Amino acid sequence: MDDTMVKAPAAEVSFIDEVCSIPGGDAIRSCIQCGMCTGSCPTASRWDYPPRQAIAMVRAGLREELLSSNSMWFCASCYICTVRCPRDIKPTDIMHALEILAIRDGLSTKRSRTPVMYKCFVDSAKSNGRVYELGMMLKFFLRTNPFAALKMAPVGLGLFLHKRLPLRPNRIKGRGELKAILDKAKALGGAK
Amino acid sequence: MKYYSYFPGCSTEATASPLGLSVLPVAKELDMDLIELEDWNCCGSSPYGSVDKLEATCIAARNLALAEKRGFDLVTPCSNCFVTLHSANTHLKEYPALREQVNEALAAASLDYNGGVRVRHLAEVLYSDITPEVIGAKVTKPLKGLKVAPYYGCQLVRPDGFDDPESPHSLDELVANLGADVVSWPLKAHCCGSSLVMSEPELALELINKLLRNAQENGAQCLVTPCPLCQINLDAYQSQVNGRFKTHYHLPVLFLTQLMGVALGIAPDALGLQRNIVSPMRVLAPYL
Repeated sequence: MDDTMVKAPAAEVSFIDEVCSIPGGDAIRSCIQCGMCTGSCPTASRWDYPPRQAIAMVRAGLREELLSSNSMWFCASCYICTVRCPRDIKPTDIMHALEILAIRDGLSTKRSRTPVMYKCFVDSAKSNGRVYELGMMLKFFLRTNPFAALKMAPVGLGLFLHKRLPLRPNRIKGRGELKAILDKAKALGGAK
Repeated sequence: MKYYSYFPGCSTEATASPLGLSVLPVAKELDMDLIELEDWNCCGSSPYGSVDKLEATCIAARNLALAEKRGFDLVTPCSNCFVTLHSANTHLKEYPALREQVNEALAAASLDYNGGVRVRHLAEVLYSDITPEVIGAKVTKPLKGLKVAPYYGCQLVRPDGFDDPESPHSLDELVANLGADVVSWPLKAHCCGSSLVMSEPELALELINKLLRNAQENGAQCLVTPCPLCQINLDAYQSQVNGRFKTHYHLPVLFLTQLMGVALGIAPDALGLQRNIVSPMRVLAPYL
């Protein structure tokens, strides 16, 4: 902890510390609020709190407000903010860290379907060892909005007819090994 | 002959099967031996890194550990796999405490990782190891007169790409050496919306529309990209864009290895050309 900064209440320190603990996360302390991240972001118009503001909120300790917003879920991981930030902050990685905290604390917003999609993806990767795209898509649409699935059905049908959407999952042999690794990781927990 | 460990990525077996199909004959033609990593698993991709960091690093690390035993550079044709594996690899090398924890987890499967692998994108290998000139010398069907817009997307060039992160040129050079006319277009490294096309389709379709419009306005007859997500968004969702924005795009979107394969004289079937949603057959007819 940097003692040269104005001392903040305990709760505020802990949110920024959580975020700083990711690789390279410390740089967030040197944000100058220039707005390069927000100005560059292709999806910023949809964020409850766009990137610059989200970073300010981390520093201000507005944990619950930020983690229950839709903000970070609109990050498409294009990394344009990361390569442009004049302070070498990695906003993309910070958004991923915020997503992890939101999921861990059950604070995900209902105004973004992305958390559900990510969970469906991860479940599929874990159980098969490889992502079963059709299964993941169906699960996602059933859990969010089956009517949206109808709208997107022509896309799926097109992929299927062009032999790009196999009906069966492709499972790895080492599923047991993978599960052992991930179970151990879960037991170790707490790592960032 | 150059040897590499090959990490195809999940999508090459499904939604990006034209990529999976076209990589191997092209590699063969260029004297590259891509040895598939035995029993590789999903890299974890962006979603896993947004759900649990340690697990995400572990799922990537199993692949790195398997590749380390083999000893060659680990090459993937998928931009998202590249970013995920590369970033896990960098973190494991730079943060000993993380590596220790990950190795404790890997030990559950009698594996360990010591940071000895170099993760590379296939497009970078084609550019740096094989080189556009050598590929150009092997061209039997020069793509003379074909106007191609190289689409880099994001994760090939950002955050730790081998090319300029905003004004990249490597694909332009590769395409030019196939004999094609390179279309210069401002949005060549802009975002297509990636997997948000599923969860936030309105947003992604807008981004895709901008890209298609920009490529078309600059005279492209087709686009070429190395990235599975980019290809699917621009190809499979093109009809959705046309429906929503009352546009009339009919722009084939080829994988880099598909276009390269055509110029190298490889048969269309072996390149999965019939699997593209927007058929590239009309624009490619003169060269097949």
